[in-house]
Amino acid sequence: MNSLLASTDPLFSHGMTGVVVLIVIIKVLVGFGALMGSVILMIWFERKAISDMQSRIGPQRWGPFGLLQTLADGIKLFFKEDLIPAEADRFVFKLAPYLVLVPALITFSIVPVGGTLNIGGHQVMLQIANPPMGILLMLAMSGISVYGVMLAGWSSGSKYPLLSSVRASAQMISYEAALGMTIVTVILATGSLTTHSIVTSQAHGIWHWNLIRLGIVPFVVFLISITAELNRPPFDVVEAESELVGGFHTEYSSLRFALFFLAEFMNTITMSAIMVTLFFGGPAGWIPPIAHFKWVFPIIWFLAKTTAFAFSYIWFRAALPRFRYDQLMDLGWKRLIPLSLGWMLIVAGFVVSKPWGLIMIATVLISYTLLERSFALGQSRGKDGEAILPTVGKRPLPGFALRNFTDGDADE
Amino acid sequence: MEMRMSKFTDFFGGFKLTMQHIGRPNVTTSYPQKKRAKQPRQHGRHVLNRYEDGMEKCIGCELCAGVCPANCINVRGLDNPMDHPVSPGERYGYIYEINYLRCIHCDLCVEACPTQAITESKMFEYSFSNRADAIYTKSELLVDDQGFPQKLPWEDWREGEAEMTGGWMRATSPAGDAAFEGVVQWTGDLGAGIKAAEAGQSENRDDKATGSKQLRDAFYRHLEPEDVPLNRRGLEGMMTQVMEKLPPRFKGKK
Repeated sequence: MNSLLASTDPLFSHGMTGVVVLIVIIKVLVGFGALMGSVILMIWFERKAISDMQSRIGPQRWGPFGLLQTLADGIKLFFKEDLIPAEADRFVFKLAPYLVLVPALITFSIVPVGGTLNIGGHQVMLQIANPPMGILLMLAMSGISVYGVMLAGWSSGSKYPLLSSVRASAQMISYEAALGMTIVTVILATGSLTTHSIVTSQAHGIWHWNLIRLGIVPFVVFLISITAELNRPPFDVVEAESELVGGFHTEYSSLRFALFFLAEFMNTITMSAIMVTLFFGGPAGWIPPIAHFKWVFPIIWFLAKTTAFAFSYIWFRAALPRFRYDQLMDLGWKRLIPLSLGWMLIVAGFVVSKPWGLIMIATVLISYTLLERSFALGQSRGKDGEAILPTVGKRPLPGFALRNFTDGDADE
Repeated sequence: MEMRMSKFTDFFGGFKLTMQHIGRPNVTTSYPQKKRAKQPRQHGRHVLNRYEDGMEKCIGCELCAGVCPANCINVRGLDNPMDHPVSPGERYGYIYEINYLRCIHCDLCVEACPTQAITESKMFEYSFSNRADAIYTKSELLVDDQGFPQKLPWEDWREGEAEMTGGWMRATSPAGDAAFEGVVQWTGDLGAGIKAAEAGQSENRDDKATGSKQLRDAFYRHLEPEDVPLNRRGLEGMMTQVMEKLPPRFKGKK
């Protein structure tokens, strides 16, 4: 066990002494505190940025520039009555918020925030953990948080949350496929699963960043599918306020409701950080030659990059209208999954050798042509009305069928 | 399906627009602390005006009460006492009450008044907490000895709201007939005298008096390019803005 841990984290190479345990506890506490603090800042940042984009002012009453608004909201929610609907499955209803929150917390533990420090002879990585399975932990945790959302909707004993949980499970699972395959391209390029080695392999300048090294496409696919995975606009069909009241957390109140929001924003930050880790070199960046403070600059680089992505999510929310459910599925299954799959094959080919890479490009192009042909064929069948299943998005208006139905009734 | 060439750029239109909005000034103000300049003819709480010599303008004719669609005005007239008349005419308003639980601020009473006795101030933020305060009596509506509306404890008066509340307020009409532009057709008010006429649609507004310049400027900045008035666009717009900043003697006319 010890040797397995020590294989990826040099902190454990001299065995589990008391000092090592203390360092780990401090790392966990600092990480937890920093994440909580950044959630407060993130909510403030989102509200301020989006209100600037809409020519509004945004929060301004609590603290300087309204910085303490989130705290005030939290205190308000804390003192609200905690309601559980009569029809709810009480145990699952209470469990669900934690199923969302805990994975959000755990995912952050694998993000490398800075380089490696030497504290009293101990090599301390500035990340809470560097497990050998590395980035797979993030996929596992996002898989569990689907359960949280799904069970929250299902256990509420209410219609809209149930619809929302159906949407949530479908959406998250379909985008997870594309997500996973883009991560595979990163792993192929790195040759290791751990986030630490993913970051160190990109440390030698911008041309080594996975963004450039893998072509822009995996990054774009990752960005889109992670936005869908987070249920953030424009992929927020799960909590579409205009359709489903509040979505899966409609029946939640008080602290449990606050937990959902906490988890959502925590996920936003974590996923920005993961994106920086995978494609933008994590803490890599130019370090000015100042003695004793060199360890600060990787952290600053990391924070700057993460903030840029946090802003990009806010920008998406302000700029793009919500996808319809069928558009969402179209984009996920017909575009992103083939694209990421094809790109993964090409990257895999080039990792082996150049001829294999070229062969893979040809294969992928041929299969894309076939795929386009099959899409076109499927759509043309839908037009003639001969399709076995009606094509989504082009079915006749329900009003027409309904009118026929009611007219028939009236005649009789 | 036909693909438009602009479809790809359309996708980024939203991103561009939201970025533009960051640069633009906010439309929202932090309301109780900061308030926008009110329109010159904002319909607010009424005032009962007095002539320059301190006489009341109201003659107790009850036309305002008759025209009121909300039935919120109660007027009773009385013959002026011979030794110390209240108004210049034969009769005066003995009782004058407006129930602000009913008033809809339609300004029909202001239009009906033959002596410009009742007009409206620009103050609309009054939060009374009982029925007695809601029914304004004559002693509360009448302007004070300096000619300004009385500032009651539950009213939130801001700068500029108590100005231009006299007959001027209803009598000039910038949207009306150009023949009457600049013609004074109203009586003087206590403290202020006969107020000058406002320029009409000829853009030669007295911006200091109306207080609407700031608002118009903010408004123009938020318009889509095609909605901006012609004299605000392009080179001509720049010229207009430069001209506005010049002192009046450089402006030529007026």
